[in-house]
Order: sequence, then structure tokens, then C-alpha cells
Amino acid sequence: MNILEVEQLSIWDQHSGKALVHDSSFQLRKGSCLAIVGESGSGKSLTCRALTRLNPKSLAQSGKIVFKGIDLTTLSEAEIRQKRGKEIAMIMQNGMSAFDPSCVVGVHFRETLGQHLGWKRRVADDHMIKAMERVMLQKPVELLRKYPHELSGGMLQRMMIALAIVLEPDLIIADEPTTALDTISQYEVIQQFLLLRQTIGSSMIFVSHDLGVVRQIADEVLIMRSGEIVERGTTHHIFTNAQHEYTRYLMATRATLSDHFRQLMEGS
Amino acid sequence: MSIYIVKRMVLAFLLLIIISLITFAFINLSPLNPAVVVLQAQGIPDTTEELIRQTEQQFGLDRPFFVRYLDWGMACLQLDFGHSYVTNQPVWSTLGPAFVNTFKLTLVSSIAIMIVSVVLGVICALQVGKKVDKTVRGIAFILTAMPSYWLAALMIWYFSVKLDWLPTSGMDSYRSYILPVLIITISYAGIYFRNVRSSMLSNMNKDYVLYGRASGLKESVVMMHILRNSLQVAISIFCMAIPIILGSTVVIENVFAWPGLGSLSIRAILSRDFPVIQAYVLILAISFVIFNAISDMINAAMNPRLRNGL
Amino acid sequence: MNIWSNLRHDRIGMLSLVTVIAVIVIGICAPIIAPHDPLTVNMSLRYNGSTWSYWLGNDQLGRCILSRLIYGIRPSILLVLWILLISIGIGTALGFIAGYFKSKVDAWIMRICDIMLSFPGYVMTLAIVGILGVGLENIVIAFILTKWAWFARVIRTSVMQYTELDYIRFAKASGISNWHIIRRHVVPVTFADLTVIASSSIGSMILQISGFSFLGLGIQAPHAEWGMMLNEAREVMFTRPEMMLAPGIAIIIMVSAFNFLADALQVALDPRLHQSASTYTSSKKWQVRI
Repeated sequence: MNILEVEQLSIWDQHSGKALVHDSSFQLRKGSCLAIVGESGSGKSLTCRALTRLNPKSLAQSGKIVFKGIDLTTLSEAEIRQKRGKEIAMIMQNGMSAFDPSCVVGVHFRETLGQHLGWKRRVADDHMIKAMERVMLQKPVELLRKYPHELSGGMLQRMMIALAIVLEPDLIIADEPTTALDTISQYEVIQQFLLLRQTIGSSMIFVSHDLGVVRQIADEVLIMRSGEIVERGTTHHIFTNAQHEYTRYLMATRATLSDHFRQLMEGS
Repeated sequence: MSIYIVKRMVLAFLLLIIISLITFAFINLSPLNPAVVVLQAQGIPDTTEELIRQTEQQFGLDRPFFVRYLDWGMACLQLDFGHSYVTNQPVWSTLGPAFVNTFKLTLVSSIAIMIVSVVLGVICALQVGKKVDKTVRGIAFILTAMPSYWLAALMIWYFSVKLDWLPTSGMDSYRSYILPVLIITISYAGIYFRNVRSSMLSNMNKDYVLYGRASGLKESVVMMHILRNSLQVAISIFCMAIPIILGSTVVIENVFAWPGLGSLSIRAILSRDFPVIQAYVLILAISFVIFNAISDMINAAMNPRLRNGL
Repeated sequence: MNIWSNLRHDRIGMLSLVTVIAVIVIGICAPIIAPHDPLTVNMSLRYNGSTWSYWLGNDQLGRCILSRLIYGIRPSILLVLWILLISIGIGTALGFIAGYFKSKVDAWIMRICDIMLSFPGYVMTLAIVGILGVGLENIVIAFILTKWAWFARVIRTSVMQYTELDYIRFAKASGISNWHIIRRHVVPVTFADLTVIASSSIGSMILQISGFSFLGLGIQAPHAEWGMMLNEAREVMFTRPEMMLAPGIAIIIMVSAFNFLADALQVALDPRLHQSASTYTSSKKWQVRI
């Protein structure tokens, strides 16, 4: 059964009329993980944000996005807002800039949990602290009282994962979650993602340009280039039997780039 | 935080010493012998050697530079800025009340400027590229190109003379504030609202706004976060505007005959009343340094990243 | 750099450029262009409206307002350009020295700048005029003294930024003389920053200079200067408010023209700005207000 079906999604700039994503269609099976791979500017992030209509107003989109049987494009702003975070959670690329720099990070969690579950501060903090312990964050009580700039990118990334654990969404969209991290933190964050899938059994869209990571986590892969899907298939198929010339090019470059990372991943 | 405040205070203090030294040296750099100026200011036509020496002794002008500086500095700390060359009154007796008057005008104007800049800045940022935004910016552009005293004169002519709604000059009631505050607000809010607007716009594109929305927060909650970060700019505008307006109300005070520092300083300059000029410059420089330090500290308090950095 | 071709497509920018150049030419050729002598008093023509020989009418002493406006370009606009040129000259020289050689020289120059900038501009100008006495020359001196530090700081930042670039470092390392590097490599790239700050500070300087003349601290009567004309008009403000119009509008036109031009130049030098902003909207990061 498909949890998400995207049909002919197009995104274009309203001022210049330039098409940024062209006629993309894809499906996501319940409980599986789909990786969207491509260079920066290929439209991966735009596609992800378009799912919950998070792109800026200057970008227009068309097409159908059916999530759990409901077309998200027909929902009102208030209705889709209730789905964001609670049913479709997002993990941002750069943890350092994903939190309001003038508030302690706990504020974001309390607001989000209060919004969706109506929890008061104490209850929200208790749940967050438990979730943070599960993603191996030390001293969670203190962490909640820190400002974003006092924490590392990897820690903030894991805190976003912890929030997802509490909210138990049906779909998690992770937009290049490992790109801004060093190799060690990348490894730790990937472990948490694997754990996340096991514990709450949610489906996942994982955007990346790092094929090493994709191979570890994804069941299926989409390859995007200049706003179009050029190839799709199971992870095994893509990694062993790529048809498109561009995919093969990505494979070749990856082999030289991520040796160190692969060693780490495969050594575990 | 407290270390930052101490550092900032030490810096401000050093700056004050340097400024006071320069202010004092300035007056002594004047091509004219102060004693001659004193005599001229008092309307004595013949300046004989004898008379000059007498005056020098009377005002203590014959002692070495640093002795005079130290004396002057110590006296200034007790608000004793010497006696006016022209009226022979203590400088503070005229300067003090004038400072208070100018400060009142400045404070009211700064509040008005902050409110107008924030309101317009937020509206324009929310309506960016739309009619409201374009109109406000167009009007602001024209208004900032107008000489403030010209606008002031036109408004006096229209509101005070033609319609007889408001007083033309002086500082009698709250109604006297309306026109001067309006003019000062117009000439500064036109610049500052752009800062609020661009700060709002840059914050609206930040990742934390996207993550807030993606987490399903209400638009009003997200907006509070944007405002919280953008309004730092507004606060620092407010603090920066106070000393700048304090120093530049000269023209407006002149047009409205406001009994403040501006009018006083122009009179002092025209009659070359050095002690008054000296005290005026020193007082404004001090307020400038103090308000800058305060605005830095407030900024640091609101921006946790700066707090550790400095 | 194709500043010119960028600028040519900007209609408001071109209009401003034409206005500015026309006014400068008229100011230089004032004796040829002005229909009357700006100082000739003719009491029988007092407050006359516009006529064929006096297009803008006559002022409270029967002088030709148009001629006074035209002669007024010299102190109101041309002088400002001179002041700007000199303070930029000083600021650039010191900024270059500070930014290029760094270390102690830099520290000293910047400390001096800090002190200069810690005074509000108006107060500094008033202080200098207070010491040296009233008059246009002293206003000029005061302006140069208060403006250079600002330019020095901006130029220093921009030079520092460019000297960190690899090709400049390479040139330094390969033993090319400092002067040669500055002249051939650093000056051209900092020129853009310089143009933007210079053009955007003209507007506020015109307003300030006319303001000081308006206060009676600058040029002295009977000479024609726009702020001075407004000062004279103020005395008859309640009876003849129309006397305020001509010089006031002249100032607004010139300040707007310079501001528009500054924005257009900024966009022309950095076309990326154009996408996010239409001409008069680009952020004025270099705006020098006080």
C-alpha cells in the first residue's frame, strides 16, 4: 500500500515563469524509505517542500499529492498545518540555523508539542528528555536550556530526530540531513535514522547527494537532474545496474569521494 | 554578560577621556587668543596688552595646558563648565535647562521614530513587492530627499499660520511638540524603516522559519519568532537614534525656536562663546558614547551569540 | 565591467545622470547662462511673479530668482562635489595604507577613525565652525575633517577583503612592487565600492551643507546659495510663503537625482541586486546620513 502518491508535480517561478521541477511522479510504500539523489539545484529540496506546500509564495506548484488517501493540495492552510510536524515531519539540513537563534532550543520543542498534542511545558519536556536519551544525547535537561549556537550541528540534528520520535509521524522528510556534518557525526546521525525507522516504523523520504549514505538507508532511489526524474528503481538495482548515463556518472564520482565514509559505515 | 558590560564600560570611559581631551584642545587650537575673544565678546573695543593679561589671569588662561585641562576636567565632573564669555553666567545654568529641553524633544521623537519604523517596516515586509510596500518606499524616498527645515517651514505656514491649529514656535504645551516631532520622525523614520524591513525580510528567509512552519507551528507563532529577531534592529535603532537626533536637532530647533541645545549652540557659535561651545560639544559627545554603549549592551543582551563573542 | 551598458537600460538612473550632468554644466557656465546678475537689487521688482524676463520672478530685494538659483549651484552642488572628492582622496589614501600594509599603521589609523566617528557629525561640524568662526570655508574644512574617517574605514574594509584574494597574494609573493599591485589590481576592484559610497553620500551632504547655510553658519549674504535663499525666504515666510518654493524644490530634485543615481550605480555594479529590487529600492548599506 502506498502512503504517498505524487502525480505530475511541477514547480515554477511565478516571476520568470522558469520551470524548476517538471512533471515529477513517484510513490512511497508504507514503511519504506525513498532516497532522492541529485546535485544541488536539481530540485530535490523543492520537491520535498512542495509536499507540504512549504515553498515561498513566489513559487507556484501544480499536480496531485495524495497522502494517506487525501490530496494535500486541496486542503486549507489550517488543515495542512495540522499535518505538518504531526503526520509529516521534516528534518532540516543545517541544525545550526534551523532553530531561532534568540531562543533556547527547548522553546521550539515546547511550541511544537503544545501545538499538536496540547501538552504543557512539563509534559513536553519530559517526553523530549526521554526521546533525547534514546538518540544518545547526554544531559538532555541541560541541552534544552542551550542556545542553538552553543550546540553542534550533529546534536541539533539528533534533537530534531528526537522531536520526530515524540511526534511519531507517518512520514519523515529528511532534507540532506548529513551534508553539513563531519564524518563521525554523519555516522551517528545515520544510526539514529535507522533506529528511528525501527522504532516508529514511519515511512521516509531521504534527500541526499551522498550515495554512500543512500545505500545504507534507502529501499528505493530516485535520481533527479535539472528538475526531472531521470532514473528510479530499488537501491540494489540502481547501485548495480544503473541505466542512465547521469546515474553512472554519480556512481563513478562517489567511489572516489566517499571511501573513508564507506569504510566507517561498512566497518560497523 | 557582566564581563561584557565591564569591558564596554571601560571602553566607553577611555573614549570619554580622549574626547574630553580633544574637546579641550580644540578650543585652545583656535587661531584667536581666548582672552581677546573674551574682551571682544564683552564689547570692549581696545584690547591692550595690559587688558589681555588681566583677562588671562581672571579666567586662568595663563597656566600650562595640562594643568588647565585637569582643572577643567575635574570641574566638568561637577557640572561646572566655567562662565560664559558673553553673559558671565555659569555655563551650566543655561546649558542644563537647554539640554533637558532638547532631550525631551529627542526622547519623544525617538519613540515616534521607533514606532513608525517598526510599523511601516513590518507592513512593508509582509506586503513585499505589493502596492503598499512600493507606495510607502516611494514616499519615504521623496521625504528623505527634502531638507527638513524646508518641510518644517512649509508645515508651520500651513498648520500654524493658515489653519492656525498649532503653535508656530516655542515650547509651551504638548501641542508644541507635534510639528517638531513630526518633522524629525519624517526625516529619520524614512531611513530606519528600511532597516526594519530588510531585517524582517532576511529573517523570513531563514531556516528556522522554514523548520517552524514544517513543524506545524501557527503562522502567528512563526511571526513572533521573526519579530523577536527583527526587533533587535528596532531596539538598536532606538538607542542609536537618541544621540544622533540629540546632535542634529539644531536645524529643527532653530526653525521652531525650541529653547534647547541647538538654539543655544548656534548663538554661542555666532558670538564665539568658547566655554559654551566646549560644554556643548562635551555633553553631546558624552551622551553619544553613553547611548552607544547602552545600545551595544542591549543588543548583546538580546543576541546570545554576541554575548560570548565580545 | 560593463557598468555603462547596465546603467543605460535603467531609465530613472539615466534621467538622474542627465539631470546631474546638466546641472553641473549650468553651474560651471553660470555667468553665460544666467539671465541676470544674481546680486543686482531692484526694489521696484520686489515679489514680482514670473515674467518673460524673470522666469521665476523676483525675491524680497527684487533680485532675479532664476539667476540666484543658477549661481547657487556653485556652492550648493559643485562645492559638495569638491568636498567629497577631497575627503574621499584623504580617506582612500589612508584606507589603502591601512588595509594594504595592515599591522601598526592600520591600528593607528583605525583608532583615529574610531575617535572621529565617535562624534556625531553635526556636533563635530558645529564644534569646528565654533572654533574657526562662521563662513563657508570653515564649513568646508569641517566637512572634510568629519567625512574622511568614514571613507577611510569603508575603503580599508574593501581593500582588506581584496588583498586576501589569492591572485593578489600571489602577486605579493612573486615580488611585484606594492605600488604596482595597488594601482593595477586593488584600485580597480575597490573602485566599485568607492563609487557606491561616494554617490550615495552626496545627497545627504547637499542637505547638510544647505542646512548650515540656512542656519547662517555657512555662506554669508548677499551670495546666492540654496540654503541661504531659504534662510532669506524664511523671514518673509508668513506673508510670502511662495519664496520658499524654488530653492526647496531645487534641493529636492538634486538630492533625489543623486540618490536615484546612487541606487542605479549600485545595481549597475552588482546586477544581482536587480532581481530582488527595483531601482529605488536597493538596500542602502553605505548610506551616510550624519
